Amino acid sequence: MIYYISIILIGIGVYGLLSQKNLFKHLISLALIDTAINLFIVSTGYINGKEAPIYSEFTPIANFVDPLPQALVLTAIVIGVGVLALGAAMLIKIKEKYGTLNVEEIRRGDK
Amino acid sequence: MRRFLSALIALGLIIILLEFLNLIPDFGNVDLSKRVSNSFINKSVDGNNETIEFKKSKDLEDGSANVVTSIVVNYRSFDTLGEVTVLFTAALGVGLILKGLRRKRFYREPNFILKTANGILLPLIFLFGAYIFIHGHLTPGGGFPGGTIIAAGILVLYLSNEKFELSHRAKILESGMGTVYVLFGLVGLILSGIFLRNFLPTGVIGELFSAGIVPLIYVAIGFKVGAELSNLISEFQKEGQQ
Repeated sequence: MIYYISIILIGIGVYGLLSQKNLFKHLISLALIDTAINLFIVSTGYINGKEAPIYSEFTPIANFVDPLPQALVLTAIVIGVGVLALGAAMLIKIKEKYGTLNVEEIRRGDK
Repeated sequence: MRRFLSALIALGLIIILLEFLNLIPDFGNVDLSKRVSNSFINKSVDGNNETIEFKKSKDLEDGSANVVTSIVVNYRSFDTLGEVTVLFTAALGVGLILKGLRRKRFYREPNFILKTANGILLPLIFLFGAYIFIHGHLTPGGGFPGGTIIAAGILVLYLSNEKFELSHRAKILESGMGTVYVLFGLVGLILSGIFLRNFLPTGVIGELFSAGIVPLIYVAIGFKVGAELSNLISEFQKEGQQ
């Protein structure tokens, strides 16, 4: 089920990238695809009836889901934050230069 | 027309991805013993075959109780070094792009609740962030979430205080902590011939002072990420001069 949800979210993100003209909406679509892929990778490691991969008083002996996708997603989340911040900074610069974030208006102003 | 075509392309992509789902195991039915994570969980990458028990097993190859942390900061630590570098590059890029912009600082007069709660909650926010990254090898969390919580505290400061400016020491702290991370790797390289090797004793699994260099590296990462994200926030908030 969660596989389908994340794939549909990826589809929504791609739709947003293709159909919208506002650059900020492009950035949000990219963030949406990023989140959807993270969700998908984490869900590939889930195993029915198993616990979070931390040795504790409640799970003294290993009975864990796959920890590797979670570790990879931790990396991906941080890089997603970096991409989002850099994209937002570029949007501020574009807005200052052209006065708009609409792709077509930017192209018209360039000529 | 444009929307219709985009919807068509997105739909096609969804159908292709759904086809690929046949290639991977069903949700929740993964056979862990066939995956490489199995040796990460049992901490048997070097060939140790004992069963691990909380607060009993001693001197394992990696002593952190949180298996995700042991992968992120021990087995795949080089990966994390690259990740920290990516974050550093992003913060640097934001600073470069936003330099010299003529814009006014975003500021709204903070209300009474924000001002008062700021004084009470801010130390607690910083304390919570520090708790998260010090206990990164025992509980969910670690350097990245802890650093983010500290940066959130800095954001509250920016919103509630008009005069507040992040000092330049944050940048020094950030680069210093990055250097500490690399130095840990180099010490491991000198002592055992492997970059970022865990060279300290790992102790009993589940205790605060265990897992060798893992908590030390996570504290460094926590400071680094906290300073980095605070710098990001201050770059976005700064009043541009030209």
